[in-house]
Amino acid sequence: MGVIGILLAGWSSNNKYSLIGAMRSGAQIVSYELSVGLSLITMCVLAGSMQFSTIVEAQRDGWFIFTGHIPSVIAFVIFLIASTAETNRGPFDLPEAESELTAGFHTEYSGIKFAFFFLAEYMNMFIVASIAATVFWGGWMPLHVGGWGSFNHIMDLIPPFFWYFGKTAVIIFIMMWFKWTFPRLRIDQLLTLEWKYLLPINLVNVLLMALIVMMGWHF
Amino acid sequence: MEEDVLLDLEKEEYIINMGPQHPSTHGVLRLVLSLKGEIVKNIEPHCGYIHRGIEKMCEKLTYQQIIHLTDRLDYLSAMINNEAVCLCVENALQIEVPERVKYIRTIMDELQRIASHQLWWCSFGMDLGGLTCFFYGLRDREKVLDIFEESIGSRLILSYYTPGGLMNDIHPNFQKNVKKFIKYFRKILPEYDQLLTGNVIMQERCKGVGFLSKEDAINYGVTGPSGRGSGFSCDIRKHAPYGVYDKVDFKEILFNEGDTFARYQVRMFEMRESMKIIEQLIDNIPEGDYTAKMKPIIKLPEGEYYQRVEACRGEFGVYIESKGEKYPYRLKLRSPNFSNLSALNAIAKNQKIADLVAIGASLDYVIPDIDR
Repeated sequence: MGVIGILLAGWSSNNKYSLIGAMRSGAQIVSYELSVGLSLITMCVLAGSMQFSTIVEAQRDGWFIFTGHIPSVIAFVIFLIASTAETNRGPFDLPEAESELTAGFHTEYSGIKFAFFFLAEYMNMFIVASIAATVFWGGWMPLHVGGWGSFNHIMDLIPPFFWYFGKTAVIIFIMMWFKWTFPRLRIDQLLTLEWKYLLPINLVNVLLMALIVMMGWHF
Repeated sequence: MEEDVLLDLEKEEYIINMGPQHPSTHGVLRLVLSLKGEIVKNIEPHCGYIHRGIEKMCEKLTYQQIIHLTDRLDYLSAMINNEAVCLCVENALQIEVPERVKYIRTIMDELQRIASHQLWWCSFGMDLGGLTCFFYGLRDREKVLDIFEESIGSRLILSYYTPGGLMNDIHPNFQKNVKKFIKYFRKILPEYDQLLTGNVIMQERCKGVGFLSKEDAINYGVTGPSGRGSGFSCDIRKHAPYGVYDKVDFKEILFNEGDTFARYQVRMFEMRESMKIIEQLIDNIPEGDYTAKMKPIIKLPEGEYYQRVEACRGEFGVYIESKGEKYPYRLKLRSPNFSNLSALNAIAKNQKIADLVAIGASLDYVIPDIDR
């Protein structure tokens, strides 16, 4: 769904830069949607449910990123990469790529219309970070370490509200961090990364996770 | 029938104007691109958006005044442009400048080169999309500019040299501050490498992209770091030394790959060589006058004079034709960026737009120098 707004915005501005940006975003968002979906499915396999509350409840004794062995770490990394691409943030900000396409799909927008694009971009980032915090980092569950009774007790004292927003903030910080540091990819490298690397890894990862859950190897 | 279809497909190109207002042309350069999807089929640079007629203006200015105009060419190698005019006038008058002047000029030239390459590095990073480079580069360039400001009073367009010597002597703190800067920058340069040179994405974007062969580099007259990235040995500091370059030990950086990454590497290593040159000279600045005795009105004897120097972006030449008056009869500037830009079509043809931006950044053009 996210792609339609950008695609139409770029196409309807009657500007060649915007058109290139819109076309890039079309190719990019559609491809990376797969990776986002697959890495979430991996975690759903571990949780045994697709309901957020159940997923969080299943992480009461340990966040999935710790309990799910290697597949959940892989899924988390892929989710982080793919969701950054999904939200058009650097190093995957090709649709707007300011040094190539001036401002890409929103070149012709100004004032509040431009502000909406930017708000949407940041909103997307918050949503993506919240999902990552919920699915991988245990949502509002505090950090528990097995056997450390008093430590766990102190952690319980921090309200769930702070846990949830703290985790989201950390993920947003990571995303902003590599936006500023990494150079931008080229469009063909971007699609190569998705179709030749992330997607096969992801598919294998789902199988691996299914195997682990089947054999009961997770904690 | 099939050929017709192919021909029609061939024609499916569209024209896009990159510039004169565009974030990655570094000024008012206009590139008319023929695109086929994302692939650049043809590039037509249109110059003249910042043409000020400097060469013509020089015909009505005295030689001391001309110095101030040369700052406005390649404003990132202002010192070196100044030096070209000064050397040309000094050679024509056959005056020997004091040793102290030569030493200070060489040090200043190299500081200017470092500052210029720092700015190139930050804009290179920014063009690729890594914004941290921009802040790192400008932070360190500031330190060079502070050194300039202390001795000269200005930071960007310096006009420090005059025919015969310098405007004023260096600040007492100059040597101390330069040494402090060199010590600091030696520690910082590896950080640049960690941030950008070693980055996988950056290497993917630059290696094997934008190939310029040595023959093409010579044919188009691509000089400076861009030419040396293609293995074209063209360092004027080595081939026709001026100042005290013949007394210092430094390497001419040559890479044979000819791609964007090679041009990047040349500049990164050149910063190190510049520091080496400064280190050799900074403690040995001889005492003496900061200017030779000059008449207030300089009249060049009749004839033609040419002087070339190694500016930050390549060979910068000044050709003066004098009729024995206090103004030059004709002054021609050979600017490195103009020749470097002419090779852009040969380099970036059939590459993607994103590559064109990277190639442009690696050629490091300064637009006022192209248009003059």
